[in-house]
Amino acid sequence: MFDLNEMVMAQEVLVMPPYSGELFTLTYGALVSQLLKDYENDAEVNKQLDKMGYNIGIRLIEDFLARSNAGRCNDFRETADAIAKVGFKMFLGIVPVVTNWSASGDEFSLLLENNPLTDFVELPEGHSSLNYSNILCGVLRGALEMVEMEVAVWFVQDQLKGDNLTEIRLKFIKRL
Amino acid sequence: MTTLGKQRSHILEKSLSKGKLEVNLGTYALLFSEIVQYCQNRVYTVPELHSKLSAMGQQVGIRILDILFLREKGYKRETKLLNMLLFIQTVLWKALIISIFECSFVTLCSLIKDYIIEQEPLVNKFISVPEETGSLNCAAFIGGIIEAVLNGCNFPAKVTTHWHKGTTFLIKFDESVILRDKQVEGR
Repeated sequence: MFDLNEMVMAQEVLVMPPYSGELFTLTYGALVSQLLKDYENDAEVNKQLDKMGYNIGIRLIEDFLARSNAGRCNDFRETADAIAKVGFKMFLGIVPVVTNWSASGDEFSLLLENNPLTDFVELPEGHSSLNYSNILCGVLRGALEMVEMEVAVWFVQDQLKGDNLTEIRLKFIKRL
Repeated sequence: MTTLGKQRSHILEKSLSKGKLEVNLGTYALLFSEIVQYCQNRVYTVPELHSKLSAMGQQVGIRILDILFLREKGYKRETKLLNMLLFIQTVLWKALIISIFECSFVTLCSLIKDYIIEQEPLVNKFISVPEETGSLNCAAFIGGIIEAVLNGCNFPAKVTTHWHKGTTFLIKFDESVILRDKQVEGR
Protein backbone atom coordinates (compact mmCIF):
# COMPACT_ATOMS: atom_id res chain seq x y z
CA MET A 1 0.00 0.00 0.00
CA PHE A 2 2.75 2.48 0.90
CA ASP A 3 6.29 2.31 -0.27
CA LEU A 4 9.07 3.18 2.09
CA ASN A 5 9.84 6.58 0.64
CA GLU A 6 6.28 7.63 0.86
CA MET A 7 6.12 6.49 4.42
CA VAL A 8 9.16 8.47 5.38
CA MET A 9 7.71 11.54 3.74
CA ALA A 10 4.44 10.97 5.45
CA GLN A 11 6.17 10.87 8.79
CA GLU A 12 7.99 14.09 8.11
CA VAL A 13 4.74 15.80 7.45
CA LEU A 14 3.29 14.34 10.58
CA VAL A 15 5.77 16.01 12.82
CA MET A 16 5.37 19.41 11.31
CA PRO A 17 1.97 21.00 11.38
CA PRO A 18 0.96 22.00 14.86
CA TYR A 19 -2.72 22.36 14.19
CA SER A 20 -3.39 19.12 12.54
CA GLY A 21 -5.10 17.78 15.61
CA GLU A 22 -7.38 20.74 15.82
CA LEU A 23 -8.34 20.50 12.21
CA PHE A 24 -9.16 16.89 12.86
CA THR A 25 -11.30 17.77 15.85
CA LEU A 26 -13.15 20.45 13.97
CA THR A 27 -13.65 18.31 10.92
CA TYR A 28 -15.14 15.61 13.04
CA GLY A 29 -17.37 18.17 14.67
CA ALA A 30 -18.59 19.35 11.29
CA LEU A 31 -19.43 15.76 10.43
CA VAL A 32 -21.39 15.15 13.60
CA SER A 33 -23.34 18.36 13.28
CA GLN A 34 -24.15 17.51 9.68
CA LEU A 35 -25.39 14.09 10.78
CA LEU A 36 -27.55 15.70 13.43
CA LYS A 37 -29.13 17.85 10.76
CA ASP A 38 -29.69 14.94 8.42
CA TYR A 39 -31.08 12.36 10.82
CA GLU A 40 -34.16 12.38 12.94
CA ASN A 41 -32.81 11.35 16.29
CA ASP A 42 -29.70 10.72 18.29
CA ALA A 43 -29.97 6.97 18.05
CA GLU A 44 -29.79 7.15 14.26
CA VAL A 45 -26.77 9.41 14.47
CA ASN A 46 -25.07 6.99 16.86
CA LYS A 47 -25.73 4.20 14.40
CA GLN A 48 -24.40 6.17 11.48
CA LEU A 49 -21.25 7.15 13.38
CA ASP A 50 -20.70 3.54 14.33
CA LYS A 51 -21.04 2.52 10.70
CA MET A 52 -18.54 5.10 9.56
CA GLY A 53 -16.18 4.05 12.30
CA TYR A 54 -16.51 0.46 11.20
CA ASN A 55 -15.57 1.44 7.63
CA ILE A 56 -12.59 3.31 8.97
CA GLY A 57 -11.59 0.46 11.26
CA ILE A 58 -11.45 -2.20 8.60
CA ARG A 59 -9.02 -0.05 6.64
CA LEU A 60 -7.10 1.38 9.53
CA ILE A 61 -6.00 -2.02 10.77
CA GLU A 62 -3.85 -2.44 7.67
CA ASP A 63 -1.99 0.71 8.46
CA PHE A 64 -1.64 -0.44 12.04
CA LEU A 65 -0.16 -3.81 11.10
CA ALA A 66 2.13 -2.33 8.50
CA ARG A 67 3.65 0.20 10.85
CA SER A 68 3.61 -1.38 14.24
CA ASN A 69 5.25 -4.72 13.51
CA ALA A 70 2.89 -6.10 16.09
CA GLY A 71 2.85 -9.84 16.27
CA ARG A 72 -0.09 -12.01 17.00
CA CYS A 73 -1.70 -11.47 20.40
CA ASN A 74 -1.89 -14.57 22.54
CA ASP A 75 -4.79 -13.48 24.65
CA PHE A 76 -7.29 -10.71 25.04
CA ARG A 77 -5.09 -8.92 27.56
CA GLU A 78 -2.36 -8.53 25.00
CA THR A 79 -4.93 -7.27 22.56
CA ALA A 80 -6.05 -4.69 25.05
CA ASP A 81 -2.50 -3.46 25.52
CA ALA A 82 -1.91 -3.33 21.80
CA ILE A 83 -5.06 -1.29 21.30
CA ALA A 84 -4.25 1.19 24.02
CA LYS A 85 -0.49 1.54 23.82
CA VAL A 86 0.06 1.13 20.12
CA GLY A 87 -3.21 1.73 18.33
CA PHE A 88 -4.51 4.77 20.16
CA LYS A 89 -1.02 6.21 20.39
CA MET A 90 -0.43 5.80 16.71
CA PHE A 91 -3.69 7.16 15.44
CA LEU A 92 -4.88 9.63 18.02
CA GLY A 93 -1.73 10.43 19.96
CA ILE A 94 -3.17 9.43 23.31
CA VAL A 95 -2.73 6.39 25.52
CA PRO A 96 -5.87 5.30 27.32
CA VAL A 97 -5.70 3.27 30.49
CA VAL A 98 -6.74 -0.35 30.32
CA THR A 99 -8.68 -1.33 33.39
CA ASN A 100 -11.80 -2.86 34.94
CA TRP A 101 -11.21 -6.38 33.72
CA SER A 102 -14.07 -8.75 34.19
CA ALA A 103 -13.36 -11.90 36.20
CA SER A 104 -13.37 -14.08 33.12
CA GLY A 105 -10.95 -11.78 31.32
CA ASP A 106 -13.13 -11.19 28.30
CA GLU A 107 -14.20 -7.65 29.08
CA PHE A 108 -12.26 -4.49 29.81
CA SER A 109 -12.52 -0.75 29.76
CA LEU A 110 -10.46 1.93 28.10
CA LEU A 111 -10.29 5.13 30.10
CA LEU A 112 -9.61 8.30 28.16
CA GLU A 113 -8.63 11.35 30.08
CA ASN A 114 -8.68 13.71 27.19
CA ASN A 115 -10.40 12.63 24.08
CA PRO A 116 -9.10 14.51 21.04
CA LEU A 117 -12.47 14.25 19.36
CA THR A 118 -14.18 16.30 22.00
CA ASP A 119 -11.96 19.37 22.27
CA PHE A 120 -14.13 22.48 21.90
CA VAL A 121 -17.25 20.39 22.18
CA GLU A 122 -20.26 20.93 24.35
CA LEU A 123 -23.37 18.86 24.00
CA PRO A 124 -26.44 21.06 23.65
CA GLU A 125 -29.53 20.39 25.71
CA GLY A 126 -31.72 17.60 24.47
CA HIS A 127 -29.00 15.39 23.09
CA SER A 128 -28.41 13.33 26.16
CA SER A 129 -28.53 10.07 24.24
CA LEU A 130 -26.02 11.15 21.63
CA ASN A 131 -22.70 9.37 21.89
CA TYR A 132 -20.60 12.04 20.33
CA SER A 133 -17.50 9.92 19.93
CA ASN A 134 -19.36 6.83 18.87
CA ILE A 135 -17.15 6.59 15.82
CA LEU A 136 -14.45 5.15 18.11
CA CYS A 137 -16.64 2.17 18.91
CA GLY A 138 -17.06 1.50 15.22
CA VAL A 139 -13.36 1.81 14.58
CA LEU A 140 -12.48 -0.67 17.33
CA ARG A 141 -15.14 -3.11 16.18
CA GLY A 142 -14.07 -2.89 12.53
CA ALA A 143 -10.37 -3.14 13.24
CA LEU A 144 -10.71 -6.14 15.55
CA GLU A 145 -13.01 -7.91 13.14
CA MET A 146 -10.23 -7.80 10.57
CA VAL A 147 -7.97 -9.65 12.98
CA GLU A 148 -10.61 -12.30 13.51
CA MET A 149 -12.17 -11.10 16.70
CA GLU A 150 -15.76 -10.21 17.17
CA VAL A 151 -16.22 -7.71 19.95
CA ALA A 152 -18.95 -5.52 21.31
CA VAL A 153 -17.97 -1.94 22.03
CA TRP A 154 -19.94 0.71 23.85
CA PHE A 155 -19.64 3.87 25.89
CA VAL A 156 -20.01 3.65 29.64
CA GLN A 157 -19.02 7.17 30.62
CA ASP A 158 -18.54 10.28 28.58
CA GLN A 159 -16.91 13.51 29.69
CA LEU A 160 -19.32 15.39 27.49
CA LYS A 161 -22.11 14.17 29.70
CA GLY A 162 -20.45 15.32 32.86
CA ASP A 163 -18.47 12.24 33.80
CA ASN A 164 -14.91 12.60 34.99
CA LEU A 165 -13.54 10.28 32.39
CA THR A 166 -14.53 8.84 29.10
CA GLU A 167 -14.86 5.08 29.36
CA ILE A 168 -15.20 2.71 26.46
CA ARG A 169 -16.03 -0.90 27.24
CA LEU A 170 -14.97 -3.80 25.05
CA LYS A 171 -16.36 -7.30 25.30
CA PHE A 172 -14.90 -10.26 23.49
CA ILE A 173 -17.62 -12.29 21.83
CA LYS A 174 -15.98 -14.89 19.67
CA ARG A 175 -13.13 -15.73 17.38
CA LEU A 176 -14.17 -15.47 13.76
CA MET B 1 -29.18 19.15 32.93
CA THR B 2 -27.28 18.45 36.09
CA THR B 3 -27.85 15.13 37.70
CA LEU B 4 -26.75 14.36 41.20
CA GLY B 5 -23.03 13.86 41.49
CA LYS B 6 -22.37 14.96 37.95
CA GLN B 7 -21.18 18.48 37.55
CA ARG B 8 -20.93 19.44 33.97
CA SER B 9 -18.27 22.10 33.64
CA HIS B 10 -18.99 24.81 31.16
CA ILE B 11 -16.79 24.77 28.12
CA LEU B 12 -15.88 28.41 28.54
CA GLU B 13 -14.48 27.69 31.95
CA LYS B 14 -11.85 25.41 30.53
CA SER B 15 -8.67 26.88 29.19
CA LEU B 16 -8.13 26.80 25.49
CA SER B 17 -6.01 23.92 24.38
CA LYS B 18 -2.54 24.76 23.21
CA GLY B 19 -3.03 23.04 19.92
CA LYS B 20 -0.23 20.63 20.60
CA LEU B 21 -2.34 17.66 19.77
CA GLU B 22 -1.35 15.82 16.68
CA VAL B 23 -3.14 13.02 15.01
CA ASN B 24 -1.92 10.56 12.50
CA LEU B 25 -2.33 11.55 8.92
CA GLY B 26 -3.94 8.24 8.15
CA THR B 27 -6.59 8.90 10.75
CA TYR B 28 -7.49 12.15 9.14
CA ALA B 29 -7.44 10.69 5.67
CA LEU B 30 -9.82 7.93 6.67
CA LEU B 31 -12.18 10.28 8.45
CA PHE B 32 -12.18 12.58 5.48
CA SER B 33 -12.82 9.75 3.09
CA GLU B 34 -15.87 8.79 5.15
CA ILE B 35 -17.10 12.36 4.99
CA VAL B 36 -16.72 12.49 1.24
CA GLN B 37 -18.50 9.17 0.84
CA TYR B 38 -21.29 10.27 3.11
CA CYS B 39 -21.78 13.47 1.16
CA GLN B 40 -21.60 11.60 -2.10
CA ASN B 41 -24.40 9.29 -1.09
CA ARG B 42 -26.69 12.21 -0.49
CA VAL B 43 -26.24 14.17 -3.69
CA TYR B 44 -26.69 13.59 -7.40
CA THR B 45 -24.32 15.97 -9.11
CA VAL B 46 -20.79 17.17 -8.69
CA PRO B 47 -21.74 20.81 -8.01
CA GLU B 48 -24.08 19.60 -5.30
CA LEU B 49 -21.28 17.58 -3.81
CA HIS B 50 -19.07 20.61 -3.93
CA SER B 51 -21.53 22.78 -2.14
CA LYS B 52 -22.11 20.13 0.48
CA LEU B 53 -18.41 19.76 1.16
CA SER B 54 -18.00 23.46 1.12
CA ALA B 55 -20.77 23.84 3.67
CA MET B 56 -18.96 21.46 5.97
CA GLY B 57 -15.72 23.28 5.36
CA GLN B 58 -17.40 26.47 6.46
CA GLN B 59 -18.34 24.88 9.74
CA VAL B 60 -14.66 24.24 10.30
CA GLY B 61 -13.59 27.62 8.97
CA ILE B 62 -15.60 29.77 11.32
CA ARG B 63 -14.22 27.87 14.25
CA ILE B 64 -10.61 27.69 13.22
CA LEU B 65 -10.68 31.42 12.55
CA ASP B 66 -11.17 32.24 16.19
CA ILE B 67 -8.44 29.93 17.38
CA LEU B 68 -5.93 31.22 14.89
CA PHE B 69 -6.51 34.88 15.58
CA LEU B 70 -6.50 34.32 19.27
CA ARG B 71 -3.32 32.36 19.33
CA GLU B 72 -1.29 33.71 16.45
CA LYS B 73 -2.32 37.29 16.24
CA GLY B 74 -2.96 38.27 19.82
CA TYR B 75 -6.67 38.88 19.28
CA LYS B 76 -6.07 41.38 16.50
CA ARG B 77 -8.04 40.98 13.34
CA GLU B 78 -6.85 41.98 9.92
CA THR B 79 -8.58 44.93 8.33
CA LYS B 80 -6.70 45.24 5.09
CA LEU B 81 -7.38 42.96 2.21
CA LEU B 82 -3.77 42.28 1.41
CA ASN B 83 -2.94 41.41 5.00
CA MET B 84 -5.95 39.17 5.15
CA LEU B 85 -4.76 37.29 2.13
CA LEU B 86 -1.33 37.02 3.62
CA PHE B 87 -2.91 35.64 6.74
CA ILE B 88 -4.60 32.98 4.67
CA GLN B 89 -1.44 32.27 2.78
CA THR B 90 0.70 31.82 5.84
CA VAL B 91 -1.15 31.11 9.06
CA LEU B 92 -4.24 29.42 7.75
CA TRP B 93 -2.37 27.50 5.14
CA LYS B 94 0.00 26.17 7.70
CA ALA B 95 -2.93 25.01 9.73
CA LEU B 96 -4.45 23.32 6.73
CA ILE B 97 -1.44 21.69 5.15
CA ILE B 98 -2.37 18.26 6.25
CA SER B 99 -5.84 18.41 4.98
CA ILE B 100 -4.91 19.65 1.57
CA PHE B 101 -2.36 17.06 1.20
CA GLU B 102 -4.30 14.19 2.60
CA CYS B 103 -6.63 14.33 -0.33
CA SER B 104 -3.84 13.67 -2.76
CA PHE B 105 -2.66 11.00 -0.38
CA VAL B 106 0.90 10.35 0.45
CA THR B 107 2.52 10.83 -2.93
CA LEU B 108 2.41 14.59 -3.14
CA CYS B 109 3.47 15.69 0.27
CA SER B 110 6.84 17.03 -0.83
CA LEU B 111 5.13 19.25 -3.35
CA ILE B 112 2.88 20.90 -0.87
CA LYS B 113 5.44 23.46 0.13
CA ASP B 114 5.56 24.78 -3.41
CA TYR B 115 2.04 26.04 -3.56
CA ILE B 116 1.60 29.13 -5.61
CA ILE B 117 -0.43 32.15 -4.81
CA GLU B 118 -1.04 34.25 -7.82
CA GLN B 119 -2.33 37.64 -7.12
CA GLU B 120 -4.33 39.31 -9.77
CA PRO B 121 -5.84 42.76 -9.53
CA LEU B 122 -7.95 42.92 -6.48
CA VAL B 123 -11.07 41.33 -7.86
CA ASN B 124 -9.74 37.86 -8.49
CA LYS B 125 -7.23 36.05 -6.43
CA PHE B 126 -5.98 32.64 -7.21
CA ILE B 127 -4.56 30.37 -4.64
CA SER B 128 -3.39 27.18 -6.13
CA VAL B 129 -1.71 24.04 -5.04
CA PRO B 130 0.26 21.88 -7.41
CA GLU B 131 -1.51 19.15 -9.25
CA GLU B 132 -3.39 16.76 -7.11
CA THR B 133 -4.13 13.25 -8.00
CA GLY B 134 -7.18 13.19 -5.82
CA SER B 135 -10.46 14.59 -6.94
CA LEU B 136 -11.20 18.18 -6.22
CA ASN B 137 -13.85 17.19 -3.72
CA CYS B 138 -11.41 17.68 -0.93
CA ALA B 139 -10.49 21.07 -2.19
CA ALA B 140 -14.08 22.20 -2.08
CA PHE B 141 -13.95 21.51 1.62
CA ILE B 142 -10.91 23.72 1.92
CA GLY B 143 -12.65 26.28 -0.23
CA GLY B 144 -15.41 26.30 2.33
CA ILE B 145 -12.92 26.91 5.11
CA ILE B 146 -11.40 29.82 3.24
CA GLU B 147 -14.80 31.26 2.53
CA ALA B 148 -15.83 31.07 6.16
CA VAL B 149 -12.59 32.64 7.30
CA LEU B 150 -12.99 35.53 4.90
CA ASN B 151 -16.61 36.05 5.75
CA GLY B 152 -15.83 35.84 9.42
CA CYS B 153 -13.37 38.69 9.07
CA ASN B 154 -15.91 40.76 7.22
CA PHE B 155 -14.51 40.28 3.77
CA PRO B 156 -17.61 38.87 2.13
CA ALA B 157 -16.49 36.58 -0.63
CA LYS B 158 -17.49 33.56 -2.67
CA VAL B 159 -14.93 30.84 -2.99
CA THR B 160 -15.19 28.35 -5.79
CA THR B 161 -12.87 25.51 -6.50
CA HIS B 162 -11.57 24.77 -9.96
CA TRP B 163 -9.07 22.74 -11.82
CA HIS B 164 -6.44 25.06 -13.06
CA LYS B 165 -2.82 24.10 -12.70
CA GLY B 166 -3.88 21.70 -10.04
CA THR B 167 -6.49 23.00 -7.71
CA THR B 168 -7.34 26.64 -7.73
CA PHE B 169 -9.54 28.42 -5.31
CA LEU B 170 -11.17 31.34 -6.98
CA ILE B 171 -12.01 33.98 -4.44
CA LYS B 172 -14.49 36.54 -5.64
CA PHE B 173 -14.88 39.41 -3.26
CA ASP B 174 -17.95 41.43 -2.79
CA GLU B 175 -17.67 44.87 -4.37
CA SER B 176 -17.95 46.53 -1.00
CA VAL B 177 -14.69 44.90 0.06
CA ILE B 178 -12.79 46.33 -2.86
CA LEU B 179 -14.31 49.77 -2.34
CA ARG B 180 -13.53 49.77 1.34
CA ASP B 181 -9.99 48.67 0.75
CA LYS B 182 -9.45 51.46 -1.73
CA GLN B 183 -10.71 53.95 0.82
CA VAL B 184 -8.40 52.58 3.48
CA GLU B 185 -5.46 52.66 1.10
CA GLY B 186 -6.30 56.20 0.01
CA ARG B 187 -6.02 57.59 3.49
